[in-house]
Amino acid sequence: MRRVAIIGVGHSKFGDRQDVNLKELAFEAVKPALEDAGVTPKDIAYVTVGSIGVWSEEPLPAVAVAEYCGLTGAGLVRTEAACATGSAAVYNAYTAIASGMVDLAAVIGVEKMREVDTSLAVELIGRAGSYLWEFEYFGMTFPSYYALYATAYMNRYGATEEDLALVAVKAHKYGALNPLAHLQREISIEDVLSSYVVSWPLKLYDSCPISDGSAAIVLASEEKVRELRIDTPVWIAGVGYSSGTSTLSYRNDFVGIEASVKASQQAYRMAGVGPDKIDVANVHDCFTIAELLAYEDLGFARRGEGFKMIREGETEIGGRIPVNVDGGLKAKGHPIGATGVSMIVEQTKQLREEIKPRSRQAPLKNYIALTHNVGGTGHYCYITILKR
Amino acid sequence: MVMSELPVINSRSLELSYKIPISKTKRFWDGLKEGKILATKCRRCGKLYFPPVADCGACYSSYMDWVELSGEGRLVTYTHVIVKPASFRDEQPYTVAVAELKEGVKALAWLTNVKRKDIKIGMGVRLVPKQFTDGRVAYVFTPLTGEGRDQ
Repeated sequence: MRRVAIIGVGHSKFGDRQDVNLKELAFEAVKPALEDAGVTPKDIAYVTVGSIGVWSEEPLPAVAVAEYCGLTGAGLVRTEAACATGSAAVYNAYTAIASGMVDLAAVIGVEKMREVDTSLAVELIGRAGSYLWEFEYFGMTFPSYYALYATAYMNRYGATEEDLALVAVKAHKYGALNPLAHLQREISIEDVLSSYVVSWPLKLYDSCPISDGSAAIVLASEEKVRELRIDTPVWIAGVGYSSGTSTLSYRNDFVGIEASVKASQQAYRMAGVGPDKIDVANVHDCFTIAELLAYEDLGFARRGEGFKMIREGETEIGGRIPVNVDGGLKAKGHPIGATGVSMIVEQTKQLREEIKPRSRQAPLKNYIALTHNVGGTGHYCYITILKR
Repeated sequence: MVMSELPVINSRSLELSYKIPISKTKRFWDGLKEGKILATKCRRCGKLYFPPVADCGACYSSYMDWVELSGEGRLVTYTHVIVKPASFRDEQPYTVAVAELKEGVKALAWLTNVKRKDIKIGMGVRLVPKQFTDGRVAYVFTPLTGEGRDQ
């Protein structure tokens, strides 16, 4: 296995992007990523496109996006792992380089979710659990899936709706500092608690918005890093992956996500570090409850004590381990295929100490960062550990 | 959400409906009409499946026996779905629950005939076949007698 580095990153504005189509939106991330790496489209040997794509007009978006970005001719594939699509695309490109097949690869995560109305988007996402057994007769939605976890978690450990609200308040606090975030305003606990119920106990402000957005990275082998004289490569030090059942009722319990536990243990092992060495992280907070589960699944907190971390401010900048200080899915937005790639872009910039404004830059001790990307309700999980 | 006024082309519309094969689990759908909740049990390794399956993913046997479940179980978790998907637009808000049945399998279904305030994790529920108003047959949870039944 060869070492693989991130040498270029790009990120569009997330939000309601009716000003661009899917291809134009992808271009907004690919152009700065290639420029950052100092390479041209012709140099890229392999491209993975992370995109779900049912909510916009191109049914098979990879080839359309690659053509528009001048990447025609490269090895090309669309990667799908539900909401972990972006990280799965990064993993595919990583293995292409680590294996020695290629020296330079690009990952493009892109999603246009707002070309359909909200209730159709809710339907299309809801169908992505276990269609026959959970949607056909029972109309599950993704807020509903995570609500089942929230109800079980609060009942088991005594966490409250106020604890969930604190996650949203933190996300918006940092989203307000991120010019690329979908939602850029601070909110109060009261705003969260008084927002309308989407799927009890989860409310509107417990939920990520439906967003358009793109993110891209360029990956290179160690030889290529030297050849291109990259001054701050960020190395992929560990990767981990796992999956869970499609049908929710086949799961053992609803107070943690097993795929996250397994994937993180694999990634920690590969990187040779434990959770105590992580300086800063992005975790999959599609709903507020998901962030609390992640604290525990990733070993940041003991089982049943994740909500105490948010109460104590341990995941803010200045706390023990800053989490989602770009606003997270909750405030930055969750354009599904782009999300995992966006997490890697954010953590690459954190490790390069390039975050602007500086109030959003996490202090670095070990120069190690982690991203945690869950697909579905733990149907998939991908973890990536980065090291400068 | 306010849609902006930027120019767009409305694409051709598409009506999508899939024909989902149920030949291998037809006994289950017939059972519902007879008032039974059926599961499959692997003849080789004994694993019990609800929802039922035709092939055992644990030991790769395709010899499955149909077994009737009591339907009785305890509530594990639940949610009230307020914001509904497009195709459930005309439904009243519904409660979805997961319960663990006596036989050790779990099920996910609507929880009906109960007031929201009376729902408690751990309460006794029964999974029963249910014909919906559009004629389709599935199954729902109702509270066991004396456990918060909505009069």
